[in-house]
Amino acid sequence: MTRRLFGAALTLALAAGTASAQNVLINGAGATFPYPMYSKWFDEYHKKFPTLQFNYQSIGSGGGIQQVTQGTVDFGATDGPMNDMQLKDFEAKHGGPVLHFPTVMGADVPVYNIPGVTGQLNFTGEALAGIFLGKIAKWNDPELMKVNPGVTLPAKDIVVVHRSDGSGTTYIWVDYLCKVSKEWETKVGRGTSVNWPVGLGGKGNEGVSGQVKQTPYSIGYVELIFARQNKMSFGKVKNASGAFVEASLASVTADAASAVKEMPDDFRVSITNSPGKDSYPISSFTWLLVPAKIPDATKKKAITGFLTWMMTDGQTMAAALDYAPLPKAVVAKEQKALAKIQ
Amino acid sequence: MAASSTVAASAGPARPAQSFWQRVRGGDEIALGITFLSAFSVLFVTGMIVWELWANSSLPRHQFGWSFLVTQTWDPVAGQFGALPFIYGTLVTSALAMLIGIPLGVGAAIFLAEFAPPKISDALTFLIELLAAVPSVIYGLLGIFILIPILRTIEPALRSVLGWTPLFKGPFYGVSLFSAGVVLSVMIVPFIISISREVIRAVPNEQREAALALGATRWETVWDAVIPFASKGIVGSIFLALARSLGETMAVTMVIGNDPKIKASLFAPGYSIAAVIANEFTEATGQPYTEALIELGLVLFAVTIVINGVARILVATAERGKM
Amino acid sequence: MTNGLLLRRKAVNAVMLTITGLCAFLAAGVLVYILGYLFVHGAASLNWNFFTKLPTPVGETGGGMANAIVGSAKLVMIASCVGIPIGFLAGVYLAEFGGGTFSFLVRYVTDLLNGVPSIVIGIFAYTVIVLPQKHFSALAGGLALGVMMIPIAVRSTEEFLRAVPVSLREGAVALGATKAKSILTVVIPAAKNGIITGIMLNLARVSGETAPLLFTSFSNRYWSEGLSQPTAALPVMIFTYAIAPYEDWHQQAWSAGFVLLTLVLAVNVIARLILARRKHVAR
Repeated sequence: MTRRLFGAALTLALAAGTASAQNVLINGAGATFPYPMYSKWFDEYHKKFPTLQFNYQSIGSGGGIQQVTQGTVDFGATDGPMNDMQLKDFEAKHGGPVLHFPTVMGADVPVYNIPGVTGQLNFTGEALAGIFLGKIAKWNDPELMKVNPGVTLPAKDIVVVHRSDGSGTTYIWVDYLCKVSKEWETKVGRGTSVNWPVGLGGKGNEGVSGQVKQTPYSIGYVELIFARQNKMSFGKVKNASGAFVEASLASVTADAASAVKEMPDDFRVSITNSPGKDSYPISSFTWLLVPAKIPDATKKKAITGFLTWMMTDGQTMAAALDYAPLPKAVVAKEQKALAKIQ
Repeated sequence: MAASSTVAASAGPARPAQSFWQRVRGGDEIALGITFLSAFSVLFVTGMIVWELWANSSLPRHQFGWSFLVTQTWDPVAGQFGALPFIYGTLVTSALAMLIGIPLGVGAAIFLAEFAPPKISDALTFLIELLAAVPSVIYGLLGIFILIPILRTIEPALRSVLGWTPLFKGPFYGVSLFSAGVVLSVMIVPFIISISREVIRAVPNEQREAALALGATRWETVWDAVIPFASKGIVGSIFLALARSLGETMAVTMVIGNDPKIKASLFAPGYSIAAVIANEFTEATGQPYTEALIELGLVLFAVTIVINGVARILVATAERGKM
Repeated sequence: MTNGLLLRRKAVNAVMLTITGLCAFLAAGVLVYILGYLFVHGAASLNWNFFTKLPTPVGETGGGMANAIVGSAKLVMIASCVGIPIGFLAGVYLAEFGGGTFSFLVRYVTDLLNGVPSIVIGIFAYTVIVLPQKHFSALAGGLALGVMMIPIAVRSTEEFLRAVPVSLREGAVALGATKAKSILTVVIPAAKNGIITGIMLNLARVSGETAPLLFTSFSNRYWSEGLSQPTAALPVMIFTYAIAPYEDWHQQAWSAGFVLLTLVLAVNVIARLILARRKHVAR
C-alpha cells in the first residue's frame, strides 16, 4: 500500500515536470530596488506573449553582475553600473561586451525616528556624511540645528542604522556621500558593501526600516518607495544648487535631466548630486545588463522585444508604482543602442 | 541458507571455513561493503567541500596568511579583510545558546521520557519536533517581533542584577549578541529534547526496576541508573545542536546587529561568520572579496574542528573520571 | 539520621521533578506561542488562491504560492533520495561494523559537516553543479539539501541502533542469523521508532532551509518543469516576501510559514500512523 502510494506520488511529481516544448524560460537576476517594477513588467509582457516566461529574482545588484558574468542567467540588473574591471571580466568570459540599459529611476531617503519631532527635517550632505562617519554624534549638533531653525532637536545620541547586506541602495547612498564629503571618500569609499565606521546593520530595506522604527533617536537610509509604503518620516536633502528638496518622482526626474546632457554611450553614469534647483541629489538610474551576443535566437528575440516594449509602453506604468520614468532623451538613445544586440 | 560461521566455530571441533561465495551469499560482506561505502562517501563529500573552500580562497590566503585570523578590520572597499570579529561573534552566540539550551533541553527530555504520562509525553514531543521545521527566516522574524521586545522589557532587570559584570554593560538596541544567543537556543532545543528523549526511553527497563527495587527515589533512578546509559546519546544530540548553532545563518543575521566589532558586553551588536557570508556573498564582486568570504567559510570549518575536538576531550575525561 | 537523609532525598526528588517539568513546559510553551503567532498572522490570510495560484506582482491580490509548494516537495524528495540512504547506511556502519580509527574519523567528520553553514553548502553546490552546467536547477538545490541531511541521518541512526540492547543482537546470532540478517530483521526494527524520529527531524529541518537554495534552485515565478529548471520553494518565498516593503507580501510570508509547518506536521503524522498500523499487523 505504501509502496503504491509512493510510486503514485513519484509519477505525479515527474509528470508535473514534463517539459512543454513551447514555453521559453528566460532567467534574470539582480537588484532588489526595481523588483516591483520588473515583476509588473514581466507579468504584463507574459500576458501579451504567454509562451515567454521572464523569471526575475532579486538577489541584489552584485548578484546580478556575478550571475550574468558567469552565464547562469540570461540577463542581469543592477543599481550601480559595472566598473571597468567587471566589464573586462565579462568580455573575457563571453567573447563580447555586456550592455547597460537604464530602465527607471529611484531615490534613497534618510529616515529617522526622533520622539517628539514630527515635522520634516532638513539635512545637508556634509551633515549626513558627518552622522554616518560618527563625527556628528548628537541630534542637537550645531550643524543640524543650523538648517532646522524651527525644530527643537534633543540632546540625545544618534543611533545610525545601515544595511548589513551588500546592496545597490547602499551604493547609491555612499556614492552620494563620496561626492559631498572628501573625508568619506578617503576613509570609507564607495561599494555595495563598505566598512561602516558606526552603526547597526539591518538586513534588507525591511531590516533598516524595522530597526529605525524600533530604536528611538535613530537614522537610516531606505529607498523612497519603501519609506512611502511604510509611511515613515524622511528628511529633505540639500542639493548641489543649494535648495532643500524632498524626494519625489518630479525631483528625481529633474536630477536625471541635468545629467542626461553628458550621458555616455554605454549609459553608465552616476546622477547623484547633479545640479538643478529642483533635483533630489540622492537619485539613481537602475540598469538591465544584457549580453551583446545572445546565441539563442528565440531568447534574443524575446529580450529585444521586451526591451523595446519596456522603453515605450512599460514607462507608462512606472509612476503608478512610485518609480520615476526615464527622460525622453535617454529613451531615444536606448532605442538606438538596441541595435548592438546580436 | 548459509549457516553462521560463529555458531559453527563455537560448537565442537573446527569445521572447514565457508567458501568466499558462501559468505557473500550470507550477506555480511555485502552489508559491510555497502555501509562502508556510505560511510566513506561522507568523508568524500566533506573532503570535496573543504577542497573547494581551500581552492577558492587562495588569493586572501596568500595575501594575509595567518594574520587573517587576528585582524579586526573588514573593509571590502579597501580590500582589507580579517576574521576575528566574526570568530568572536560565532563563539559567543553559540556558547550562550549551549548554556541556555543544554540544561533546558536535557531537563525537558528527562521529564518527557521519565516523569510525564505517556500521552502527554508523546503529544508534547510531537509538537516540540515541529519546532525543528520552523524555517530559519521565521525564527529571525519572530526574534525581531517577539523576542527583542521581550528582551527590551527584561533588560533593566538583567542590568540591575548582572550589570556589574562587563558582560551586561553598555547600551542595548535590541539587536545584540544576547538576542542572537537566545534565538539560537530556541532553535537547537528541539534537537536535544527529541533525540535525548528517545535515547532515554531506549534504556532497558531492567535498569529502572533494579534501582527502584533497591529503594531509590524516582529522580535517583533516573540520574544514577538511566542517564549513564543514555549519556552517549545525549552527548551526541548536544554535538548536533552545537554544530547547528555554529552554522546557523538567517535567524542570526536578523537579530545580531551585524556590526563587525568586538565588544565585551553581550548587549552589544556583533557579527557571526555564517551571517556575514549570507549578507555579503550575493553582492560580492571581484576575486579578493568573494574569496575572502570563502576563506571565512574555511575558518568556520577550522573553528568547528577545534571545538569538536575540545568537546570530545572533555567528554572523554569526564567518562574516565566516572570510572 | 536515616530519616534526615530520606527526607533530603525525597526533597531532591520533588525539586528535580519540578525543575525538569518546568523545562518541558517552557519548551512546549515557546512552541505553542510560536505556533499561535504563526496561526494568527498566517492562517488569517490563507485562502484557496494560496494553494492554487502562481505569485502575482506587487499590489495585485489573488496571488498564491502553488509553485513554491510543489517546488519544496520536489526539492525535499530529491534531497531524501540522496541524504537518507547515505546517512542511514553510514550510521549502520558506525553502529554495527565500526570501532576503529576509521569510525572515529567518520563520526568526527560528520559533526564537522553538520556545522558547515547552510550558505556554504549552497556555495559548494553552486561551484560544483550550477557553474559547470551554466544554469540553476532543482537538481542542484535538492543535492545541496541532501548533503545537509547526511549528518543528522548518520548521527541519529547510529545513536538509535546503539541503543538497541546487546541481548537482542546476541539472540539473533544465537538463532543462526548472519550479522547482516540480524541487523536487517532484528536490530533495525527495534530501533525503528528512533530512526523514524531522526528522519522526521531531518525532513523538518531541511524543508525550512533557505540559504542553500539561493544559489542552486534560485527561484521561479512560473511552474518549474523537470529537474533542470530553477524552482520556487516555500522558504525562499518567505525570505523574499518577509524582507520586502509590502504589507501584503508580509502577510503571504506568514501564511507560507504556517503552511510549511502544517505540511511538515502532516508528513510527520502520516509517517507515525503508518508505523502504528504496522505494529498492529500480525506478523
